Amino acid sequence: MFGYYLDLALHSLKRNRVLTALMVMTLALGIGASMTTLTVLHVLSGDPLPGRSGQLYYPQLDPRDMDGYHPGDEPMAQVTWVDGMNLLHAARADRQALMTGGAVPIQPADSAIDPFYEDARYTTADFFPMFQVPFLYGHPWSGADDEAHARVVVLSRGMNDKLFGGKDSTGQTLRMNDAAFRVVGVLDSWRPSPHFYDVNMGNYSDSEGVFVPLSASRDVRLSRNGSIDCWGKGGGDDDHIETSPCVWLQYWVQLDTPAKASAYKEYLTHYVQEQKALGRFQRPPNVRLRGLTEWLDYNKVVPSDVRLQMWLALGFLLVCLVNTMGLMLTKFLRRRGELGVRRALGASRRAVFAQLLVESGIVGVVGGAIGLLLALLGLWIVRRQPSDYAELAHLDASMLLITLVLAVCASLAAGLLPSWRACQIAPALQLKSN
Amino acid sequence: MQIRPILATLRKHRIPAILIVLEIALACAVLCNAVFMISRRVASISLPNAIDEKELISVSMHGADPTRAAADIPRNLAALQGIAGVQAAGVISSLPLSTDNWGWSFGTQPDSVLEDRSSDQNTNVSLYMMAQGTERVLGLRLRQGRFFNADEYPGSLIGSGALPSTHVTVITESLAKKLWPGQSPLGKTIYSKPAYFTVVGVVADVLRPRLFGSDGLRSYHSSFFPMGPDQALANYVLRCPPAERERILREAVQKMQALNPSAVINGNTYEAIRNRYFADTSSMAWMLVLVCAVMLAVTAVGIVGLSSFWVTQRRAQIGIRRALGATRGDILRYFQLENFLLVGIGILLGMLLAYGINLFLMAHYELPRLPMLYLPAGALALWLIGQGAVLGPAQRAAAVPPVVATRAA
Repeated sequence: MFGYYLDLALHSLKRNRVLTALMVMTLALGIGASMTTLTVLHVLSGDPLPGRSGQLYYPQLDPRDMDGYHPGDEPMAQVTWVDGMNLLHAARADRQALMTGGAVPIQPADSAIDPFYEDARYTTADFFPMFQVPFLYGHPWSGADDEAHARVVVLSRGMNDKLFGGKDSTGQTLRMNDAAFRVVGVLDSWRPSPHFYDVNMGNYSDSEGVFVPLSASRDVRLSRNGSIDCWGKGGGDDDHIETSPCVWLQYWVQLDTPAKASAYKEYLTHYVQEQKALGRFQRPPNVRLRGLTEWLDYNKVVPSDVRLQMWLALGFLLVCLVNTMGLMLTKFLRRRGELGVRRALGASRRAVFAQLLVESGIVGVVGGAIGLLLALLGLWIVRRQPSDYAELAHLDASMLLITLVLAVCASLAAGLLPSWRACQIAPALQLKSN
Repeated sequence: MQIRPILATLRKHRIPAILIVLEIALACAVLCNAVFMISRRVASISLPNAIDEKELISVSMHGADPTRAAADIPRNLAALQGIAGVQAAGVISSLPLSTDNWGWSFGTQPDSVLEDRSSDQNTNVSLYMMAQGTERVLGLRLRQGRFFNADEYPGSLIGSGALPSTHVTVITESLAKKLWPGQSPLGKTIYSKPAYFTVVGVVADVLRPRLFGSDGLRSYHSSFFPMGPDQALANYVLRCPPAERERILREAVQKMQALNPSAVINGNTYEAIRNRYFADTSSMAWMLVLVCAVMLAVTAVGIVGLSSFWVTQRRAQIGIRRALGATRGDILRYFQLENFLLVGIGILLGMLLAYGINLFLMAHYELPRLPMLYLPAGALALWLIGQGAVLGPAQRAAAVPPVVATRAA
């Protein structure tokens, strides 16, 4: 029976090519536009570290003085040097890393390459195992290197390609800011998206090209970028930043079980009480321990333009659906005569309904396929845009499936009302009028 | 022309009528909001900026030895001035829309401290530090007071601190209005304990390195400070005839790289800096324009489809009316009026929907209320499209000969 309906449907679609083309194109445009924006949204709100993100937490403290205090205020979004170092050395979590971002002038040994600036991350040894960073050559530096203020550096794959032609560069020397650093490791391709560990540095920017121990970066005064927030007599001047009342570091911990997470939160509260007893902190304990995804939501990392675009595209899809519905109604009701004959010859209402639904299903499949091509075109255009998330816009398997399902559902939804209306036709009346 | 027979017909053909109304309502709602978003983006892209944008080139230099700034800066400036075609050269800490923002909060009371910034007491201001003569290179337009005197430059340095060690400043008109509404800003002082700066001049509005908020008002909170040879002066600006910009830019970058081999040099025309800042905004605006155009086309196609179906269905009825003496014009006007009524109902619904969508967007995104003007404008656009789309089918209806009435069953 399905085969017969298919045959009938194809026959009828061929009879009025312009109308068929209009229906298919309308549906395809709606699907193409909404799939493009949904894919961008899907990519941007994705999990940066699948499998690990559930165990990563971002502790927040409130080390400010009582000026401007309101109960219920959010604690600060970063930590001070003193608190960061205290928490790091206490090592109460399974893993922990303290970090900040910056940009370093790189002075290549190869004089053919002009000096250039590269984004850098100054961090501590656990950064690499905690974030499951893949290594191509060498290995991360150790906790002992952090303590010894070792002048070592880990390069990204792209940076290694640029500076050392992609060869194993471990053991080589790299000059940055007029100081020599020894390469200990080279990363494999790694681009967590969103750039979750520092939301001040461009939420979807590429990961940094060089990684340097935090202690060594302070010794040679590598320049710091990102957000800094000071209070009291805090100046944020780079030479005294370790002792200033300023927050400028991100602190991440890995806690393998929920029990450990709640224990860690308790530990943070104790820490604050202890600091209050010492006179360093003044405000009542106010700690947060947000998980990675919660932290990203809290910081609203997905650009609001992208969400606006998605709403707009869904509105557009709705407009397209209503129009397709109108066109299908036109098409089906034009065939009253033919449908009347089928009904008079004994086809049940249900059979006519099924036949018309098959026809709208075909429009849906073809419209979905063209919509998919339009979505690919749309994503290609998005990738040519200047925003830092642009190059991430690719269709993956799950979105491909969603596109096809959406297309068929949309066209069936569009076909439902016209098919129902058309199968209400009284056979006798139609036969008489023709 | 009577409306009652039209309404009676529409009652008999409820589904197509409802579909047309729905098409128009949805299109109207999405269109009003999309056009509103486009206009806001266009407004921010075209924010005025009182410097001579077309004549400026910027060459930035980072990573030079800070201890040699006193020797390097005059040497670099002299070299840049030597390039054929360069009318003037200066150096400044940052440029409007360069995203390299040096911001600080100031109050108008002597005991204002930095951390009041969350309260309404203080205003966040962007700082531009510049060497002597740079105001002429940029083409800053003085409105009141004076620019800095020659003796105010050499002693003003910043080093690794946060604020320059001078006590004079020149601010923009918008900032003056914000700090001292209705008063003359000349001689007034801004404070951030222990620093203080006295306003000696007011210039026409210059944008900040980074815009804040979407209202455009805070985007002009800029201030200028004199500066001696200091590493903070990292953006060399050249003034030259627009036609020669590209050549001069190439030469300037080459010259600077040769003079400062270990530094990182970047050259851009000011127009490129501005375009890059707004690149995202303008691509979003173009996307919105595209969506609106396609949506209107789709709606028009939908109306053409439904009306022509309608005409076919009512051939017999039209034939009878023609046989009873209705002219072609009567038939044409009948379909036009019918479309006008349907679109009208659609627009009415669409306006309510547009308003609802706007309320939703206001609650979730930083978007102001939809101005009332958009609603009649959207209505007019849809009426025009509706009339345009129905014209073809209506003409075909008018062409139905009266003889059809005698043939039909």
